[in-house]
Amino acid sequence: MPPEPAQSFAVTLRVNGQSFETEIDARTTLLDALRDRLHLTGTKKGCALGQCGACTVLLDGKRVVSCLMLAAMAEGREVTTIEGLARGDELHPVQAAFVEHDAFQCGYCTPGQIMSAVGAIREGRAGSDDEIREQLSGNLCRCGAYANIVAAVRDAATREA
Amino acid sequence: MNAIIGQPVSRVDGPAKVTGHATYAAEFDLPGLVHAAMVVAPIPRGHIRSVDTAAAERAPGVLAILTHENAPRLPYHQIPQRPQVDAQSGEQLHVLQDAEVRFNGQPVAVAVAETLEQAVHAAELVRIDYARTPALTIFDPARGRPPSEGNVKAGRVPELGRGEAEAALAAAPVRVEARYTHPREHHNAIEPHVTIAHWEGEHLTLYDKTQWVDNDRKEIAHVFGIPEERIRVVSPFVGGAFGSALRTWPHVTLAAMAAQRVGRPVRLELTRRQLYTSIGFRPHSEQHVALGATKDGRLSALKHEVIQQVGRYEEYAETVLSPTSHLYSCPNLLARYRLVEMDTNSPCPMRAPGVVTGVLGLEMAMDELAVELNIDPLELRLRNYAETDEQKGLPWSSKELRACYATAAERFGWSRRRPEPRSMREGDQLVGYGMATAIYHSDRSAATASVALTGNGGAVVRSASSDMGPGTYTSMTQVAAETLGLPLEQVRFELGDTNLPYAPVHGGSVTMASLGNAIVAACGAAQKKLADLARAAQQGPFSGLPSEAVAFHGGGLARADGSGSVVPYAELLRQHNLGWLEAEGSAQPGEETKKYSSAAFGAVFVEVRVDEALGTVRVPRIIGAYDVGRVINPKTARSQCIGGMVGGLGMALEERADWDARFGRVMNANLAEYLVPVNADIGVTEAIFVPNDDRNFNPLGVKGLAEVAICGVAPAIANAVWHATGRRIRQLPITPDVLL
Ligand code: FES
Ligand code: FES
Repeated sequence: MPPEPAQSFAVTLRVNGQSFETEIDARTTLLDALRDRLHLTGTKKGCALGQCGACTVLLDGKRVVSCLMLAAMAEGREVTTIEGLARGDELHPVQAAFVEHDAFQCGYCTPGQIMSAVGAIREGRAGSDDEIREQLSGNLCRCGAYANIVAAVRDAATREA
Repeated sequence: MNAIIGQPVSRVDGPAKVTGHATYAAEFDLPGLVHAAMVVAPIPRGHIRSVDTAAAERAPGVLAILTHENAPRLPYHQIPQRPQVDAQSGEQLHVLQDAEVRFNGQPVAVAVAETLEQAVHAAELVRIDYARTPALTIFDPARGRPPSEGNVKAGRVPELGRGEAEAALAAAPVRVEARYTHPREHHNAIEPHVTIAHWEGEHLTLYDKTQWVDNDRKEIAHVFGIPEERIRVVSPFVGGAFGSALRTWPHVTLAAMAAQRVGRPVRLELTRRQLYTSIGFRPHSEQHVALGATKDGRLSALKHEVIQQVGRYEEYAETVLSPTSHLYSCPNLLARYRLVEMDTNSPCPMRAPGVVTGVLGLEMAMDELAVELNIDPLELRLRNYAETDEQKGLPWSSKELRACYATAAERFGWSRRRPEPRSMREGDQLVGYGMATAIYHSDRSAATASVALTGNGGAVVRSASSDMGPGTYTSMTQVAAETLGLPLEQVRFELGDTNLPYAPVHGGSVTMASLGNAIVAACGAAQKKLADLARAAQQGPFSGLPSEAVAFHGGGLARADGSGSVVPYAELLRQHNLGWLEAEGSAQPGEETKKYSSAAFGAVFVEVRVDEALGTVRVPRIIGAYDVGRVINPKTARSQCIGGMVGGLGMALEERADWDARFGRVMNANLAEYLVPVNADIGVTEAIFVPNDDRNFNPLGVKGLAEVAICGVAPAIANAVWHATGRRIRQLPITPDVLL
């Protein structure tokens, strides 16, 4: 018999510079907390197994798959999601490049791709097409927009540099 | 005003998608929303002996546990004319209606709880005792049988052909013959299938992942035995589907059932593992191709037999014989289609269903024939170019395949290919060039749209269509903007809601040819309504004029002779004290289907690099040229094509459901073990559109685009692997273990 589940408890999550107090369950992943408790649904669930990258967010500036992290572990850390990139109506350069280069079709993997790209560029790991391909290979795109994703990230990386 | 059709416009929904503000089915935030988790059967066939839900019911947060013992009995009325997206014979799964287990992975219970974690936990606590009975879990071609009547009526025929194929084959001076297989493949759209069901009294709203809201509504109305008017389906964004969301799967019924039971909106999201059994897949296929030819490379006989797996409770069949019937000129042809029943969830359409399979066998066999004849593979195709559809005995509505061959070959540098295998190298890598033809029949269906001209000078265009990624939002906005003579920004297109005018299925590459023309008609109807008002007015510049004396251009109405000024839409509305004016339009296939055969064509060229020490195949370049008729938006069209190339590469080199026959189960039901292409697998992918405008097929001149883009890619890669290595791998995927 599996153990009795834990009671729910309150946590404070820092997301996109804002503090959110929310009730979670010990088993709640960061991904589910973002989507279902905070209603920040820009972060996507593709597999919930750490295999697709759709749920990628930045945790203290580093890329993580939020489906493999418990929400409770994110307390006291700074989470950045796709909703936190644009300044008002002005898209972040990576977002703008994705639109310009048509780096998606259905758009479902896109927030994860963009967060990975932002992370990779910040870490200085988007220096060549091959490096971009490698760095973004944890983000599956079943629509197959890869060539356009590489073009968009290259473009944004050069613009930001 | 500049043309808008044909411009590489960026997606109108792009900003919503890149900021996370596009709302997919799981993301509708309904007050009181609760969660459901499914329990699925772990045996391939048998029945449930007993169910124990006591522990699950006691678990925290649980609202209900539904099993076949306590689920409502649903009428499951037959739909008089089965939708073409459904299996055409047999009976769909009646979920939780009896104790039978028909396949491994069949939903047998559902737990509903306040939170997702609680629902998942409760589902784990449901105890079910099964009695297993012998199951058909092995694909045995000897058990192949023809498709049954329902499928034959829907065009999935057991046989087709012309002339005397057997005799011609026996007499042919040159012959090749081989067997090709591809495994069961899964769509694996990144968005899981998910439904939120919400009852308000007798009215049900479904927020669902679907490629066809109108049909989703119809199916659930029949399952529950309630009038369609009481159901609304909402689906503004679909996170990829590739055919998996064409029909309505059992979990949609489960979500509606659960929501009814608990009196709260319920979300049921399939897990990645469940996506291998709760929706469909591309069926495992084996095929045998025999080609006979003259010494100068003219096909004299073509025999093609395809055998596919099919579920036992219902029968899904595909148009696998379609490409064989008309891709090449050949007087003697015999094609045969057989199905092997297995205890599995039902297969379903996956991008270019059937056709991608038929093209695979035919195009690999053509490559083998080219070798046998010592003729360049491209030249062999040109020598057997089908000037007409020889099976239907009809001319093509248009065919620019020669231009596709020439353009792609030139761009690729095909002339640099040395004919002998293993003759090209780069460092320690073997280099191979391969090519194949692509074809997908073009269809259109009846569609309706409405256009509202609004007081602010813009227009809102609506139809219950879908956009699973090709860019329906954008391309339909372009069509409407150009037809109305308005700038793109002034036009908004809405889709994905059964409250909107009827749209056909968003699949089979029919959307633009169907709905695009309906939008043109709706724009025309709105313009006519407005012009009629202006002409009937007591005063004003158009008062009393006959209809031919006025015309719309430049965003308003003017005299047809060019005298006087253009009165913009908004001004006309104001003059008649109207806040807005709306009209509907429709379009449907006409006589053209009797006069012509229509298809989209393509030529795909690939380069592979094979590392013999590791058995790895890399694909640095895929170049395709396509005749898809008129291209509404080259930017999004190109994305569809390169997406098809990626899908085809997956099919050639990576994708395979590993089947455990002991349990009738897919063993690698997740994205780490069922391999799909990742970014680092993809090199240059380039799509070129050859000019065409097929007005014989429909007024907009478009054909279809999505499906043709995946056809031909896998055989081109397999052919290139032969060229690189001299080894003909006839079983996909070509993984390193096979090549070593
Ligand atoms: S949802 Fe987290 S990696 Fe797929
Ligand atoms: S855009 Fe659809 S999965 Fe990437």
